Amino acid sequence: MISREKHILMLQRMMRIRFFENKLIECQKAGEIVGSLHTYTGEEGVAVGACVALNDNDYIAGNHRSHGHPIAKGGDINKAMAEIFGKEDGYCKGKGGSMHLADFSIGILGESGIVASSVPVATGAALTSKLQKKDFVSLVFFGDGASNQGACHESMNLAALWKLPVIFVCENNQFAVTTSYKDSVSVDHVSDRASAYGIPGVLVDGQDVIAMYEATEQAVIRARSGEGPTLIEGLTYRYEDHSLGLANVRRDGNYRSDDELNEWLKRDPIEIHKEFLINQDMMSKKEIDELEKKEIVSVEEALEFARKSPYPDPSQLYDDLFTDPISFA
Amino acid sequence: MKNLMYVEALNEAIREEMENDETVYYMGEDVRASIYGASKDLFNKFGEDRVLDTPLSENGFIGAAVGSSLVGMRPVVETLTSFMWVAMDQLVSQLAKMKYMFGGQASLPVTIKADMYYNGGMAAHHSDRNHPFFMNMPGIKVIVPTFPQDAKGLMKSAIRDNDPCIVFVDGNLGGLKGEVKENNEIENGELLIPFGKAKVVKEGTDCTVVGIVNSNVHAVNASRKLEKEGISIEIIDPRTLVPLDKQTILNSVEKTGRIVVVDPAHKVCSAASEIISVVVEEGFWNLQAPPQKVAAEQVHIPFSQALEPLIFPTEEKIIEAVKKTLE
Repeated sequence: MISREKHILMLQRMMRIRFFENKLIECQKAGEIVGSLHTYTGEEGVAVGACVALNDNDYIAGNHRSHGHPIAKGGDINKAMAEIFGKEDGYCKGKGGSMHLADFSIGILGESGIVASSVPVATGAALTSKLQKKDFVSLVFFGDGASNQGACHESMNLAALWKLPVIFVCENNQFAVTTSYKDSVSVDHVSDRASAYGIPGVLVDGQDVIAMYEATEQAVIRARSGEGPTLIEGLTYRYEDHSLGLANVRRDGNYRSDDELNEWLKRDPIEIHKEFLINQDMMSKKEIDELEKKEIVSVEEALEFARKSPYPDPSQLYDDLFTDPISFA
Repeated sequence: MKNLMYVEALNEAIREEMENDETVYYMGEDVRASIYGASKDLFNKFGEDRVLDTPLSENGFIGAAVGSSLVGMRPVVETLTSFMWVAMDQLVSQLAKMKYMFGGQASLPVTIKADMYYNGGMAAHHSDRNHPFFMNMPGIKVIVPTFPQDAKGLMKSAIRDNDPCIVFVDGNLGGLKGEVKENNEIENGELLIPFGKAKVVKEGTDCTVVGIVNSNVHAVNASRKLEKEGISIEIIDPRTLVPLDKQTILNSVEKTGRIVVVDPAHKVCSAASEIISVVVEEGFWNLQAPPQKVAAEQVHIPFSQALEPLIFPTEEKIIEAVKKTLE
């Protein structure tokens, strides 16, 4: 039974991700931020359902499309925004940027720009849990494209073999850049591959945040009781192109149709959850509107914070390369 | 003092560190059976939670070591240099970059014990000496012990260090014996050798010879022959390449005016290249002759014993290079 508070928290975090990403799209179009920007709009239900099912001391690791994961885990959007702006007050003091948000203080072990590369890392965090006989679990988000990397398969074998408390969450947003997963995955569903490792594979409607929460909750119970990993596949959809700005260089834009996008827009995870809350009398339309306004304001404040934060000083270039620094002189 | 083989010294270092700190664990392929010697008896002593045999998934288990280090463990991972290629994603994208990329939030106390077997008929896929690759990659400390006492002291320091360290273990040195101080002979009771402090293996006056791993053994042998011809070389073992003790090398060149660097890595962009570049940039006016590089030929390792020995540094090549600086 999910409490009313958790249901509202899930709506709040999904909204926060949506407004955060939409604000970044504006800023990117205005030329205010540099580099690539992989937005998470459309996929909010997956990260939020999974992260809200975790404890604060559980760990997550993300990927290149990963602004949503730290927000879902309760991260600080001021620091996240400042990082994406390359500022000193950012999560990584401006050294990481959009693809490398991390907050070790609340279990966000960071994101990897190399797809699937954080899967072994999260598996290793679970190894510590087992070796130190702790009860924390670790959860890693990766895409349908990443599911074809050897790192995924090696990690799933290792985790199943050693019964590590790790949860593999495949965010199947249908495309690896422009290649449909149907053209790159040899089985019907990524979750079908779980049987190869003798672990449960669960196919979930990723647009339903409650379904994601429940699937993750089961996986967490299994992990904490020492039974090992679970592979969850959340079926979802990426509203934007792979990376913002890709549309401008896209000449053969037919990798997906407007009709397909429109069908998925009808199943927006935030709208689905709003409807649920209203139908269950957990929130009124008015309360939802108020929450929405609050989240819009919090994102505006994050933007202000990012804009005002200074750029890192050139003297910081060599900082944080090592914990025990060495001399290059 | 006791007389230990290089591989025994490594084993002693690992055992002591596992006794000192229960977050240290040892992981790799066939480490319980200790097929390479350095993990001898560890499984019997520390059990299955401290000594982990892995599947053949170098990228997977090196990544697992990375992740486990982020949240409280100090893994020591055994692998072969040639198998590191399949783990390059985790070694480079994660191990080397994580700390900097995340603004210093992470600490990665991971030690990779990288065994290199070369000049023994293992052919192209099992003969890699890839320390220069990791010198080129910021974020990793590169450790290259030659003598048993250094092997022990540097391995212990690497395990205690809070950053990624790759200890390159030269298979040709496995049986090399040398004196190793007992713990009760040392002031603080532990043999810990700091990084970035080169060792003057032999003092000399006519030419500086810097040796990487087994090259030091060739250099010592060469020095005996050269001595008979009245040529005195000073041999320096940097012991760590990152950090590199430039000053000891530059001081030696100031004295001798000449330098030969000997490195079993391929000669292009080798450790030898970097050391010579440092000397040219910072010690140019002390040079009396062009620096010489004795490094592996820039070609893959051929299997045939008619060809493989042509590749690597030898005593004779060192003698020839030293003489060239004295022409």
